[in-house]
Amino acid sequence: MAALRDIKNKIAAVKKTRQITRAMNMVAAAKLRGVQEKAERFKPYAAKFAEVLRSVSAGVDPEIHPLLAQPESVEKVALILLTADRGLCGSFNMNLITKAERFIKEQTQAGRQVLLYTVGRKGRDYFRRRKVEITQDLSGVMNVVDFDLAVQVARLGLNAFLGGEVQEVHLIYSRFASMVSFVPTAEKMLPISPEAAAEGEAGGGSEYLIEPSAEEILVDLLPRYINVRVYNALLQTATSEQAARMAAMDNATKNCKEMINNLTLLYNKARQSAITAELMDIVGGAEALKQG
Amino acid sequence: MANKIKLEVVTPDKLLLSKDVEVVVCTGVDGEFGVLAGHVPFLSALAIGELRFRDGNVTDYAAVAGGFAEVTGEKVTVLAEAAELAREIDVDRAKRARERAEQRLAKAATEQLEYSRAEAALQRAMLRMRVAEKGRPSA
Repeated sequence: MAALRDIKNKIAAVKKTRQITRAMNMVAAAKLRGVQEKAERFKPYAAKFAEVLRSVSAGVDPEIHPLLAQPESVEKVALILLTADRGLCGSFNMNLITKAERFIKEQTQAGRQVLLYTVGRKGRDYFRRRKVEITQDLSGVMNVVDFDLAVQVARLGLNAFLGGEVQEVHLIYSRFASMVSFVPTAEKMLPISPEAAAEGEAGGGSEYLIEPSAEEILVDLLPRYINVRVYNALLQTATSEQAARMAAMDNATKNCKEMINNLTLLYNKARQSAITAELMDIVGGAEALKQG
Repeated sequence: MANKIKLEVVTPDKLLLSKDVEVVVCTGVDGEFGVLAGHVPFLSALAIGELRFRDGNVTDYAAVAGGFAEVTGEKVTVLAEAAELAREIDVDRAKRARERAEQRLAKAATEQLEYSRAEAALQRAMLRMRVAEKGRPSA
């Protein structure tokens, strides 16, 4: 009889697990919707910003700004790695970390030193466990992604770059390609490549009166452009995280269901054979009495 | 009746405002400028300052923490990293922000970068309070 009770306990435990994974799935779905809305609201700003940047940079010599200046030789690069704060989202964090490790390896082989900045607890924990030096980290921040956070992250890169500590700043984030596809992506953030700034230059919106002057506006505009890019990356990473967690929890719930089915089958079989055995005993006993 | 011009205030968090108005006055880095319908295409950097716009007899205010204004004949687009309408400003929060900024300013007097940041924070806080004050009677 002990075996029967064991199976029953096991079923109850798996049911509880299923309840939790199901709840987490729903929480992730709600958060996903929140982040997606945020991304939606950010779109007009990003679009307008790109337009203004285009019309300003059209007539300007790109060499004038320190953020555009291409370095002669690169000895140190900064890497900003975005990950989630929490796990339970499948291979999401690991994919980003692997990408970062590969990046570090490539840069080291090219004779460059990498300063690592991590945003999100998972990336920090991983590299800390492996005794990789982290220059600076921001963790516990991915729960609420807002523009202030983007400014903070962008400042990490800008300070290192403008302070002359590094000659390039790269960013690794998770691009949200679709609900089931998140691509870890590495992007060079600084120096800003002139092509990126003048993307689709043929827009022809340059017949503006510009005040104080295109150069001066550009000085103001470019650091903000970094903010915009970082915010975009943060939003995509957060969206990917929630979508990944949703998928992972959905899978877990399905697996629980399967396990419960199997266990129930096992339980019924055990119960049946127990009854049969008991019946045999009774019948056997009765026969014995009759004969006696 | 004067022609109207469309005013849009866009921040990273949302489209704060989209409205047809008669006059828009922005605080540019070189001083205030007013915009009416049919203005020459124009692009200006904005200082931390107020934005006012009049529609009929109602004048409304908003606080803009720096950014850009793009003007075409029919439309003014204000791009700001942060902006708030006068009636939405939380005065208590602004007051607290001002106190914080003042403290930081006192502490940071030695370091250039920190100082300018604290100063900007103080300016924003004071602007919010000023704008909230103005926005109240008409709101």
